[in-house]
Amino acid sequence: MKLAGRPLCPGVALGPIHVLPEAEKPGKNAPKGTPAEELERLELGRQRALDRVNGQQSAALEKLGKEEADIFRLHALMLEDRDLLETVRCAVRAGACAEDSVREAGETFAAAFRALEDPYLRERAADVEEVSRLWREALSGNLGRLELGKPAILCTGEIAPGELIALEREKVLGLVVERMASDSHAAILTRAMALPTVVGLVPRMDWEGAFAALDGETGELYVTPEEKVRDRLMEKAQAQRKIQTELVAFRDRPACTRDGRVVSVCANIAAPEEAALARREGAQGVGLFRTEFLCLNKEQCPGEEEQIALYRRALEAMEGRRVVIRTLDIGGDKCPPWLEAGRGENPALGLRGIRLSLKQPELFRLQLRAILRAAPYGKAALMFPLVSSAQEVRAARALLERCRAELEAEGLPAGEVEVGVMIETPAAALMAGELAKEADFFSIGTNDLTQYTLAMDRQDPELDGMYDPHHPAVLELIRRTVEEGHRHGRRVALCGQLGADRSMTKTLLQMGVDELSVPVGEVLELKAHVSTLDLSE
Amino acid sequence: MKKFTYTVTRPNGLHGRPAADLVTAAQALDSTITVGKGERCVGADRLMALMTLGVAQGDTVTVTIEGGDEERALAAMQAYFAEHL
Repeated sequence: MKLAGRPLCPGVALGPIHVLPEAEKPGKNAPKGTPAEELERLELGRQRALDRVNGQQSAALEKLGKEEADIFRLHALMLEDRDLLETVRCAVRAGACAEDSVREAGETFAAAFRALEDPYLRERAADVEEVSRLWREALSGNLGRLELGKPAILCTGEIAPGELIALEREKVLGLVVERMASDSHAAILTRAMALPTVVGLVPRMDWEGAFAALDGETGELYVTPEEKVRDRLMEKAQAQRKIQTELVAFRDRPACTRDGRVVSVCANIAAPEEAALARREGAQGVGLFRTEFLCLNKEQCPGEEEQIALYRRALEAMEGRRVVIRTLDIGGDKCPPWLEAGRGENPALGLRGIRLSLKQPELFRLQLRAILRAAPYGKAALMFPLVSSAQEVRAARALLERCRAELEAEGLPAGEVEVGVMIETPAAALMAGELAKEADFFSIGTNDLTQYTLAMDRQDPELDGMYDPHHPAVLELIRRTVEEGHRHGRRVALCGQLGADRSMTKTLLQMGVDELSVPVGEVLELKAHVSTLDLSE
Repeated sequence: MKKFTYTVTRPNGLHGRPAADLVTAAQALDSTITVGKGERCVGADRLMALMTLGVAQGDTVTVTIEGGDEERALAAMQAYFAEHL
């Protein structure tokens, strides 16, 4: 049987299916025994949930670090909390079902958190809900739902980021999820784990144990495939393994062309977890750390401490290699719910990127302070998006220096950071000589640069085939940027999609681009490709 | 009974980690410790109650210590607040 889902993370997986049981039956349920028996069951479930949380805490400490592990420590303490326990027990003693009592108490406590003024504390409502869910899972015997006996393709309705981290990677061949947004934290994690994933398919219980083939590149799932299909995908999997083995040779050495130009190949990441993968894939740095994920799906902008922890994790994972953090590129069509900014008639040309940051300096200050404070943990750089004048860079740098002075006055350590300017508007490219005086390096964002140079919306399907990043006007702007940057002794990187377009690598390197930053999965292939080029030809 | 007041200087107030640390610290002492803000006052070993006090930067809290080794508990609590909050 062939099913067509949406591809999320490429790769082929072959093996038995394991369907994860749905977490819970909603609605009112009858108690399973007398109140005394129900109380006993409740306590047993709580102990199991506690064991689980303690296990998660040790796993997080080992895999992710103390900051992440602290969340689980908080969960353990919540499971011991006298007030929560008494509320749940009281309901059970009055004759309610254990699961319902836990859920209702969880909702009450979560609501108390949501009613608080402080945004940090409001967010803890999610922790109460997580604890309540774990406890209920323990009660209904679903707690081990993520423990896999043998390697399998997992099929599930939904999976939380915490659950993904808890999976034993070597036992998960592939993942089929019914609901997962492609820009969600969970989706970023599956990519960071290089887990072949297809979304949009509804798992069926009768698939359990059936042999299946999954193609994360096309989005196809074959349950008990015909021999022909199975052989084809086995070949594809083998070919991928072979390529992977060949590519591994490039991991630990710099990319060098046949005529001896050493090119820095870096990774674009959108979450700190991706940095560890970038490092494993041989990236020589992070050329673009998008920080929009910090806020797009959140109710609040994360605070300074939370941001420090996120940047620090990326910096530490890169083990001393440069991580370029791009300050928030939001506004226009990318607007988090908490941001009070008009969308304007024409969002792509409106208040976004550095313009928004300068207009709402509180938000910007928070991020600059967090970057400065995280900087001592590695080699940090930052860059400003959507610059169109030297004045903007001067204003942003002045604010950065003010933040540094404040930190100094508060006695908080701040690290050194290089400051870069993104070249994504024709104005910036034409003014590159001026901007080079204000910036330590350039990074060319080819997606926006193409859109603004051609005045074409890259997401407009009507313009398919016309939107062309190879357009001579775009290439001329790149050439001028490199020339002006080099004339002032500045490094010029390129981090848009054009960097991963291997038909253009040679042209870009001949223009003098110093660094290419591409999606994590493209790093090894690009390094291999660079080493086949001769720029003197 | 011993008593002291403290004004929170850290930006995040008594949120997840500091609250968890406070509960752990309070549970390790044999005195009864309470934390009060405004009209409300809760035991320092009650995590959810502590967090839902909503103690933020700039808030002043009153800490009381009763029973057991009060001197030792006072020193431990003062050190805790100065370091974490």
